[in-house]
Amino acid sequence: MSLSISLTVNGASKVVPIEDPRVTLLDLLRERLVLTGTKKGCDRGQCGACTVLVDGRRINACLALAVSVDGADILTIEGLAKGDRLDPVQAAFIEHDGFQCGFCTPGQIMSATGLIREGEADGDPERVREGMSGNLCRCGAHAGIIEAVLDAQRRVAEQERRIA
Amino acid sequence: MNLFEYIRPASTAEAVTAASEPGAAYLAGGTNLLDLMKVGAIHPGRLVDVTRLPGLDRIEQLADGGMRIGAMVRNADIARDPIFAKAYPSVAEALLSGASPQLRNAATVGGNLLQRTRCAYFQDAASACNRRDPGAGCDAREGENRAHAVLGWSQSCIATHPSDFCVPLVALDAVVEIEGPNGGREVPLEEFHLLPGTTPERENVLGAGELITGLRLPADASGFRSHARYLKLRERTSFAFALVSAAAALRIEGETIRAARLALGGVAAKPWRARAAEALLTGAKPDAEIFAGAAEVALAEARPSGDNAYKIELAKRLVKRAFLLAAAGTPERVPALPASVFVSDTGVPTHA
Ligand SMILES: Cc1cc2nc3c(=O)[nH]c(=O)nc-3n(C[C@H](O)[C@H](O)[C@H](O)COP(=O)(O)OP(=O)(O)OC[C@H]3O[C@@H](n4cnc5c(N)ncnc54)[C@H](O)[C@@H]3O)c2cc1C
Ligand code: SF4
Repeated sequence: MSLSISLTVNGASKVVPIEDPRVTLLDLLRERLVLTGTKKGCDRGQCGACTVLVDGRRINACLALAVSVDGADILTIEGLAKGDRLDPVQAAFIEHDGFQCGFCTPGQIMSATGLIREGEADGDPERVREGMSGNLCRCGAHAGIIEAVLDAQRRVAEQERRIA
Repeated sequence: MNLFEYIRPASTAEAVTAASEPGAAYLAGGTNLLDLMKVGAIHPGRLVDVTRLPGLDRIEQLADGGMRIGAMVRNADIARDPIFAKAYPSVAEALLSGASPQLRNAATVGGNLLQRTRCAYFQDAASACNRRDPGAGCDAREGENRAHAVLGWSQSCIATHPSDFCVPLVALDAVVEIEGPNGGREVPLEEFHLLPGTTPERENVLGAGELITGLRLPADASGFRSHARYLKLRERTSFAFALVSAAAALRIEGETIRAARLALGGVAAKPWRARAAEALLTGAKPDAEIFAGAAEVALAEARPSGDNAYKIELAKRLVKRAFLLAAAGTPERVPALPASVFVSDTGVPTHA
């Protein structure tokens, strides 16, 4: 069977031939498109390392078949920075030490990006913690991560005010 | 994962035809199906992708005052729908207590109802499991069974149904809408999942090719909206399946309970409606004593199926607490920690 899917990945259109429908979105990103920022942790939806935005919503790329997201607009960690300018969420993670080994970080940052877009956590640390519960950090950097997300939320809101 | 044929039908009729073949499975969000395929617990030869079927992605208000949710609506979107969440707040709370934000963005209505048990032996292809492989035996009976069923189990299988969403739904008389090779039909959610008996492989009433197209909540179920809660006990504060959960709802007039609803999760192979407890509460004054009585009645038939007698006491305490919180009133907004007991009655977190 030969299928071909088209995706917009970080703003660029891609047509990817798929010979085997078993390919997940995660494997497609990492192995076909060589976007290895998105990590494979548990590969079962339990750790969140593979979080990407699909049509603006955060999901676990490991549990999505690539053929099933045909036509979608995908945003990965590689698509956040504008040239050398970091995205506010990335900058906040650095400033607040929101990581240690860094393996879960792309997933954390994409999940935080999704959370901020959802706009439901307000500035409430408890809601942010709950909203980030799909992303585990084996180094235990959660305290810094939550600080970073709260700060990023403020930065994004400020940025939007300036643009408006 | 085994190789499979991937089909993307254009209509419900095409989907039903494609899925009526032996070995075919519907693919919705994929969060349970792909997981089980990866570990080799299931091996469908054909996946029929229903995520793009037209008309199944809407939440609608019905002329009779009820609401209908299409089978492809994502779990997160139901909880986010302001009209739905206001009418059926315990359903929104249950949804938000389940899985993670990423999974809820992908998981669909139909997939949530049809998710398989989290029994570790069911997932492990090397273990004996009657549900996965009829007649093979049940390794859970002598194995790790702390989280297994205390109601409705059989010698063949002691697994539980893991859904949070289904628990308030069954309490509120939700109806499942189905399309199949022989046309459409409807089944009350309470009758949709089957207890194991001697045929644990028969998990629900769906026949070959039958597709869930939607779910309906009756108008009168929104009459409980001022006093409806879902509580869920789990081994960590968030992103964990229920050991025991309870959906409690009351209609209170003055000092009297006019109607009560109760369902339990994590205790049986189906979301467990506790009608005798509801009957006991009807006409009573809402207080701790009557709620404790209702909890006793709800768990009267419960028996440990292994190393899990603690779940019976846990369930009783949770039922009482869920009713106390329901009587106190539905919070304006779903709490920061949905369905958690780590929140004081005033909504202030007592634990971080
Ligand atoms: C790490 C993790 C944690 C989780 N935690 C929780 C939790 O705390 N609480 C909870 O309730 N759930 C939890 N879940 C389960 C999650 O809710 C389910 O995986 C999800 O709801 C399944 O929906 P889906 O659309 O992805 O279904 P799929 O995986 O696509 O399908 C599941 C099953 O349903 C069938 N199916 C799907 N749609 C239809 C339809 N319309 N008609 C007929 N058959 C259909 C499929 O063939 C398959 O057998 C968790 C899952 C994971 C991976
Ligand atoms: S409890 Fe049920 S699902 Fe688990 S191993 Fe036994 S038969 Fe299988």
